[in-house]
Amino acid sequence: MQTADHVSEEHHHDHAAHHPDLTPLGYAIAWAATVLFPLALLVAAISAFRHGSKEVAGIAVASAAFTGVLFLSANLKKWWRTAIFSTDHKVIGIQYGISGLAFLFFGFCLMMLMRWSIAYPDKPMTFMGLDKLLSKSWLFGDAYSGGMMSPELYNTFGAMHGTIMVFLGIVPVAFAAFGNYVVPLQIGAPDMTFPRINMASFWSFFVGGVVMVVSFFVPGGAAKSGWTSYSPLANIADTGPAFHPIWNGQTMWIIGMVFLITSSLLGAVNFITTIIQLRAPGMTWMRMPFFCWAQLITAFLLLLAFPPLEAASVMQLMDRVFGTCFFMPDGLFINGSTPNLSGGGSPILWQHLFWFLAHPEVYVLILPGIGIIAEVIANNTRKPLWGYKAMVYALFTLGFLSFIVWAHHMYMTGMGAKVSAFFQTTTIVISIPSVILLTALMISLWGGSIRFTVPMLFATAFLPQFGIGGLTGIPLAFNAVDLYLHDSYYIIAHFHYVVAPGTIFAIFAGVYYWFPKATGRQLNTFLGWVHFLGTIIFINLLFMPMFLQGMMGMHRRWYDGGANWDFSKQTILGHTGFQWNADISRAAWMLGVFQLPFIFNFFWSIWFGKKVGRNPWHATTLEWAAPSPPPHGNFDTEQHIYRGPYEYSVPGAADDYTMQNAPTIGTVSEESKPAVQPSAH
Amino acid sequence: MEIPYTTSARRDTGLWNSKIGIWLFLASEVMLFGGLFSSYIFLRLGAAPGYWPRGLLNVPVGTLNTAILIASSVTVVLAWAALKMRNFAQYKLFMGITIVCGVIFLVVKLAYEWPQKFVHFGAYIKDDALSKYEAQLGNEYLKSKGITLRNEISGHLLDAPEGSPFAEVAKKNAEHFQHLLHEHGPAHEGHAPVVQTPETDDYVIQLDAINANPTDPGNERPHFLPKELTMQTAVIKAADVKFASMFTPNHNPYFSTYFMITGLHGLHVLAGVLVFIYFWIPGAALYKTNPEHLANRVEVAGLFWHFVDLVWIFVFPLFYLL
Repeated sequence: MQTADHVSEEHHHDHAAHHPDLTPLGYAIAWAATVLFPLALLVAAISAFRHGSKEVAGIAVASAAFTGVLFLSANLKKWWRTAIFSTDHKVIGIQYGISGLAFLFFGFCLMMLMRWSIAYPDKPMTFMGLDKLLSKSWLFGDAYSGGMMSPELYNTFGAMHGTIMVFLGIVPVAFAAFGNYVVPLQIGAPDMTFPRINMASFWSFFVGGVVMVVSFFVPGGAAKSGWTSYSPLANIADTGPAFHPIWNGQTMWIIGMVFLITSSLLGAVNFITTIIQLRAPGMTWMRMPFFCWAQLITAFLLLLAFPPLEAASVMQLMDRVFGTCFFMPDGLFINGSTPNLSGGGSPILWQHLFWFLAHPEVYVLILPGIGIIAEVIANNTRKPLWGYKAMVYALFTLGFLSFIVWAHHMYMTGMGAKVSAFFQTTTIVISIPSVILLTALMISLWGGSIRFTVPMLFATAFLPQFGIGGLTGIPLAFNAVDLYLHDSYYIIAHFHYVVAPGTIFAIFAGVYYWFPKATGRQLNTFLGWVHFLGTIIFINLLFMPMFLQGMMGMHRRWYDGGANWDFSKQTILGHTGFQWNADISRAAWMLGVFQLPFIFNFFWSIWFGKKVGRNPWHATTLEWAAPSPPPHGNFDTEQHIYRGPYEYSVPGAADDYTMQNAPTIGTVSEESKPAVQPSAH
Repeated sequence: MEIPYTTSARRDTGLWNSKIGIWLFLASEVMLFGGLFSSYIFLRLGAAPGYWPRGLLNVPVGTLNTAILIASSVTVVLAWAALKMRNFAQYKLFMGITIVCGVIFLVVKLAYEWPQKFVHFGAYIKDDALSKYEAQLGNEYLKSKGITLRNEISGHLLDAPEGSPFAEVAKKNAEHFQHLLHEHGPAHEGHAPVVQTPETDDYVIQLDAINANPTDPGNERPHFLPKELTMQTAVIKAADVKFASMFTPNHNPYFSTYFMITGLHGLHVLAGVLVFIYFWIPGAALYKTNPEHLANRVEVAGLFWHFVDLVWIFVFPLFYLL
């Protein structure tokens, strides 16, 4: 115990030196106020100035300067290293989490505006005077005149919704935020192996995000060629006399992507090295919580799948800037003339490189989510995960197979029958490990004494919802079916079921589950229930009808919701395809409304939530042995691991859970005893 | 707070942190260059006949650069070994040689090989005009031999159509060419080659050997020693030209991939050199306090350097030889 005390003292001292008063969450908010808010104002100021609204520009610059000076002068020394350029994995995790959640909301707002254009293509959108704001010359100007979104702006919103949700929302939250915060704690590490590279990863992400947001304000607006940026469309978009050669939407999209890819790469190297090297003594591979396994495989996917897109981005950049023809074929005819280009490139090459990333990316989106769900389910059923080892092996299989299925996104390119047969086969095979994971989680519920805490609500809802997303993907694996359903609303419904009520539910579960660890306070349970019930009802009303629309033949990229197309005039379940648009849109807006309790709860509980101790959920994994919130360096005692991750309800034990660091079954080590009993359900 | 295993190996993995980190990073680099080389294969296999040039690059210079890079890979290992044996002077020497090798490589690449391309001109002839330029292309002869037909006339541009972005270079070349003519006299058959034409829509090209005498098998590419530019010229009507430019990245997919891959490789070399310079001068102070840590750093950077070397081992045959 002598050593333990010594270590504890040292850590305490360290803690005092680096984090004198605020929680990491407080630091992250400080950081947002110091950097993010003034930056946003500056962007607005530049845009306003360019369009001649000098008063708006002046106000924005003044407020930016005021906030910046206020925060920096008061806290410069203290915050510079701890809140802004912090190397602490927990602060970085929270920085990732808050910016990622903000981007998720931003991407969702773009979609809520698009849903008006789809539902009411002829009606101006006048909700709460938003039309006046959006048509200001320094915002969207003519592209939003009279409350009507122009088709080009719709394309911009569509492309940026996808980009923001995938690369700036889900990956940063599910992988980077939870991974950064939780993984080192769960394996008993003091931090990541390369803290400074970890910080560089976040700032690279941040620059990428800023580039993407700023691109909305350059002449011509942000990228508008879909989140997939298919060439040659993306090569010729935003070119010509009206556009700047570099500072135009599509080129900035590419530049932003290069930063985001770099960020993922640095993060992935860090995660893998940390899990290999910094597991506490006794934390053998098969004693690792499932969440860590999921993050490990995800990191490998990011590490190996992203670089080909980086290569492709560089090529598209060269195509746009130097006039090369990597993706431009012979004999192109653009805007009534033949461009002075050598030709000889291949649009299909872009698709191959893009989907070589983007298919593993799908698993990057879902695996961390499954990891979170596994933790929450084991904790709230009070029994071990069913088939832990099978799940780990399924992860490996999934990770490997995800690299050889990419061309199932490209059946429409007319690939040969043999190639097509190969990709159909691998695509069907990959459903086996996915089903193993989902089945194991389902069976884990069996015979458990389930506590319906708020995280568990989202976790149990995740199972059938992700199931719908997964099972509706199976028909798409066959090229004969895919030729019909490709680019229809069916596809939209399918992958949104995987990502929205799938991954985003897992993100919510994770936020509710680990919030007490990060802040020492619990999110409000009543607001959690309101948030959950509203979300699950409206998310299904939102996505379920899209299957019908898609099977009807409605195309996913109609800015007017198909008002003038015969496909959308057929009737199904009493409504025409076009009328369903309005139903779906209302569900989308209601879904937005039901996120408000969450946003309120999140900020309110940081300061006023119910105080909890180290282990409010009576969980077994190691993060709950650290103080809440954990100090810099994480643990106040040396950690030794004696058992597997999910020793719940061991027969004959005094407690119904045994922590991984408890030397004997059924005894909870003194330090990790909860200070306050959790609210029982 | 101290991160464990920064210099000493963890017992069960047998590795310190940075070594795992660099191998993971290199794995991603393999995927990056894998994507680029895959694109090379994809574009080369998809190129129309005659549109993937061969033997344009200077093989002796490429060979020299290959040798320099391999030598630097050896010296970086020697530098690391010197550190392990705690021989600081030798470390400084070998690291210095490594840096010099890297710099020479970059200078040869960026200051000699690339600029030569930027002033070399090529014009692709439209399919229906190919027969007009039989004297430069020799397609009848190639057809009889069953060899892939030619569609490009290349060399130094002496005169460009009005408003062409290459007019400036053409003027300079023409002056130089006049000077050569003055010194050595006309090359062939008594009549003076055309240098500039009064027509505004003509290209005048001082021909490469392959276009000066297209039926001579000795002029066929590739050659270990590059063929000199000839003193012959040809006049090409702008209306017959499908696409013409200097040998810049936009000239054809071959040069696009060449400049992209050698450019990214060059950036890697530059990054390596900068890291080595850091370890050579300011970073070497670590030797006094923790020589093992410095050795580990050099080892990690050396692994990166070997990878950069390995990429070049693929680049060299793909672009210079095949």
